[in-house]
Amino acid sequence: MSLLSIDGVSKLYRTGGRQQGITTALREVSFDIDQGEVVTLIGESGSGKTTLGRVVLRLTTPTSGSVRFDGDDISGFRRADLRNYYRQAQGVFQDPFSSYNPIYKADRVFDLIRDEYFSHMPRREWDAKIESALDAVSLNPGDVLNRYPHQLSGGQLQRMLIARALLLEVRLLVADEVISMLDASTRVDVLNLLVRLKRAGLGILFITHDLSLGNYLSDRTVILRHGSIVETGPTASVFGNPLHSYTRMLLAAVPQLHKRWQPATDIRATESHAPAPRERLAPAPAAKGRPAAGTRLRSARNRPPAAPPLAEHEPGHFAAEEA
Amino acid sequence: MSEPLISKAADFANPEQTLTPVPDVVSVAGTPAGSVAGAPVTADGRGEFLHYALRNRKLVFGLALEALFVIAAVVGPLISPHNLTAYFLPHQPPSAGHWLGTDYFGHDVFAQLVNGLRTSYLVGALGALCASAIGMALGFIAGWRGGLLDDVLQMVTNIIIMMPSLVLLIVIGAYLKTRGLVFEGVFIGLTTWPWVARAVRAQTFTLRSREFVDLARLSGRRPARIVLADIAPNMASYLFLVVILLFGSSMLLAASYDFLGLGPTNVTSLGTMMNQANEWSALLLHTWWWFVPPGVVLTGMVAALLIANVGLDEVFNPKLRGQ
Amino acid sequence: MSVKVENLSIAYRTLSGDVRAVDNVSFALRDGEIMGLAGESGCGKSTLGNGMIYLDGRMRHLGGRIELDGAELPITDGKAMRSYRMRKISLVPQYAMSALNPTRKISELTTDLLRSHNVRYRDLAEEMRRRIALVGLDDGVLDRYSFELSGGMRQRVTIVLSTLLDPSLLIADEVTSALDVSSQRAVGELLMEFRDRKFVRSLIVITHDLSILAEISDSIMIMYAGRLAEKADTDTIVNAPLHPYTQLLLASLPEVGIRYEDGALTGIPGRPPSLSSPPAGCRFRDRCPFAMDRCASEPAFEEVRPGHYVACWKVKEEAAA
Repeated sequence: MSLLSIDGVSKLYRTGGRQQGITTALREVSFDIDQGEVVTLIGESGSGKTTLGRVVLRLTTPTSGSVRFDGDDISGFRRADLRNYYRQAQGVFQDPFSSYNPIYKADRVFDLIRDEYFSHMPRREWDAKIESALDAVSLNPGDVLNRYPHQLSGGQLQRMLIARALLLEVRLLVADEVISMLDASTRVDVLNLLVRLKRAGLGILFITHDLSLGNYLSDRTVILRHGSIVETGPTASVFGNPLHSYTRMLLAAVPQLHKRWQPATDIRATESHAPAPRERLAPAPAAKGRPAAGTRLRSARNRPPAAPPLAEHEPGHFAAEEA
Repeated sequence: MSEPLISKAADFANPEQTLTPVPDVVSVAGTPAGSVAGAPVTADGRGEFLHYALRNRKLVFGLALEALFVIAAVVGPLISPHNLTAYFLPHQPPSAGHWLGTDYFGHDVFAQLVNGLRTSYLVGALGALCASAIGMALGFIAGWRGGLLDDVLQMVTNIIIMMPSLVLLIVIGAYLKTRGLVFEGVFIGLTTWPWVARAVRAQTFTLRSREFVDLARLSGRRPARIVLADIAPNMASYLFLVVILLFGSSMLLAASYDFLGLGPTNVTSLGTMMNQANEWSALLLHTWWWFVPPGVVLTGMVAALLIANVGLDEVFNPKLRGQ
Repeated sequence: MSVKVENLSIAYRTLSGDVRAVDNVSFALRDGEIMGLAGESGCGKSTLGNGMIYLDGRMRHLGGRIELDGAELPITDGKAMRSYRMRKISLVPQYAMSALNPTRKISELTTDLLRSHNVRYRDLAEEMRRRIALVGLDDGVLDRYSFELSGGMRQRVTIVLSTLLDPSLLIADEVTSALDVSSQRAVGELLMEFRDRKFVRSLIVITHDLSILAEISDSIMIMYAGRLAEKADTDTIVNAPLHPYTQLLLASLPEVGIRYEDGALTGIPGRPPSLSSPPAGCRFRDRCPFAMDRCASEPAFEEVRPGHYVACWKVKEEAAA
């Protein structure tokens, strides 16, 4: 049984503004993560990758589909079960400075954990636990404890968040763009740390737009575009033998130190910046007196257009059919 | 997993990665990657606040003036040579014996003034407190929960706003034998909270989507605790300004009710003084010492508060500070 | 056409004293050269780039001069600089694409911008349309609001706006950082094309991303803690860097094709020094694996090989040998 099982997850948002319509952030996304495995979710802006991370962490609820942790559907979790879930699954986000409340000291994030999960642990034992967690992420306790977030660097803050997850001894970590705001010299340290944690048994959902990072540390790669999976498989296969044109376009566009951009098919034409066409779903026949808003999105009538099916071209290596 | 994750990860830690002692000077490295270089932040936030606060002329002036009035309200009734109820020769201009003369009935105007000052402060404070308490509570709840509850609270807020409070006061007042200052204070509180609620709701909405709130949720914290400990303190300066403004407007509102004769029946306030002066033709009879002092004092009280408020806004918001 | 910067120093005023963000920087650009200015956060590259065109209230000019096309730029005189901005020297600031006024259409923004430089939009409307088409956008963009465009589109519009008056020098500050990979390539190629078509004579591209510079720039200049560390043409920097910082930096970059299993990359331990009280001597000393006693005194930024400038005692000693 997989550690995390994402099954047919879709997320629709009602959009107002000049055009009334529905935006599909995720479209029937399905994949698994096992213990000790890093799965990289690669997508550009608008691909839905952050939304998927939030769905996995129960910060957002999907419109349809399910997420199972150790076989249990997380949408059914109420207060006590949710607390238990967070004991086993945690997240680290992109902007380390936003993740800390600026009016408190940085190590308050550890205190939050202690209040909820380790309130009976004696102070000295807790301090020792913090020290070993900081040690595991190569931070000197004297440098980072008792300081305000603005007194620390992005790399230190990011690593403290990972240490926080280690305090809980989580089994699943959702890392959403954790590298992008770090300096080049600290990026690698955090990456190497994640690999060490993976080898210690942690399952990691590594969300990024940077292909070189995904290539460096992950076992499997999922490529997301406009909310649906276009290619997935072992990292070496996906990068070595890209099947889908979108994957090939991404690989061709990555700037590299030692390889120049090949004059490809007009990069602007294939540029995936164009937002997904706004879909207009025929509104369900109005039921008088029903409240508007999110409730109706869940009705069966508002299924998003089905995602293109995935075909297996090599063992474990799937690619979506191209229109 | 049998062994804690921390120790397993530490086993893999790179032994060559020495921890360079970090200089204890707040450095530019504290800024997020890509931000404008070379703009350090002072470590002592509080010191910086005091530094700007003491140098802001509006704040200092406003607070000083207000302090004078407060001292007058506290000390005045104690040092007044005459008390409220004693009768003297009516219509006496200010003299050594009666510092502000006497009114139509022969009461000492100075005694009335300082007691009225006290009353006005009390009613203002009570009104502000009630409005703040209700407004903040409803604002936080609506801002945090959103959805249906928010819609309902919005509706309630709009109803209260639309209700003509003056008419309501007249109607309720007609049923009461006597009206005290507690009644007036509570009434003001119950009719002016919507403004606070809206402001608090808007700010809560914004802060709710910040990543440190997500992190608090991921730590298993209860929503009430998150709102009080994480969201509210980040709005502290804003809330402070709101309460100050509310205080000023409550005093003004109370004075206007009093002037119309809807004020407390059993105490003297600045507004009742002006009401009586008006009803007993002080203007026509040129007994300026009866209606000018309360008006001037009221204006001064509220103006000082508003000036201090503007100054405080400048202190809180660096972008408003001139050079 | 050329750009020459000599001994430029810029500091920030703070409550606790001056912070020397740019310390004694000298370099030169040829006509038609795209120079990449790279470094990590806090190294002063943004201050250098922005300071060349606009010294805002927080910045103080401590010394040095800039020569553009043989004439000195009056960088300390805000009013005098107005006639140079956008015409001779132009800037695409960081986060520019987020700073477009959302309440005005693109054409209206252009009109406002041009009017503030005493140019009528009508005179350049045709050229604007041509350039918009050149960067792969369609005409309709001019009638849209900024929030209706994607990040890549906004960035391209910003660059077109900044170069409309054909400046001699364009300074682009982190123009690719917030973009998707495909947009990055589009913008990178746009910069090169603008230089080829002489819409811009020379460019300084400021970024922390060395791989993008490897693709588009002719030369790369590395900055560390307010000072210049190394400058050479792109090929040399990427394949044969001399300064230890450059070498370590390049060694820490993950690339497509490199996997952890093949050999873990290493970062650079420690942190850059505080600029409010910088250490004496070479600023990289505390983190440098080759530090010697001599490094206690500051190495000068000198040409050790033709076209290759380095500020490092070890390199100088090896070159002398």
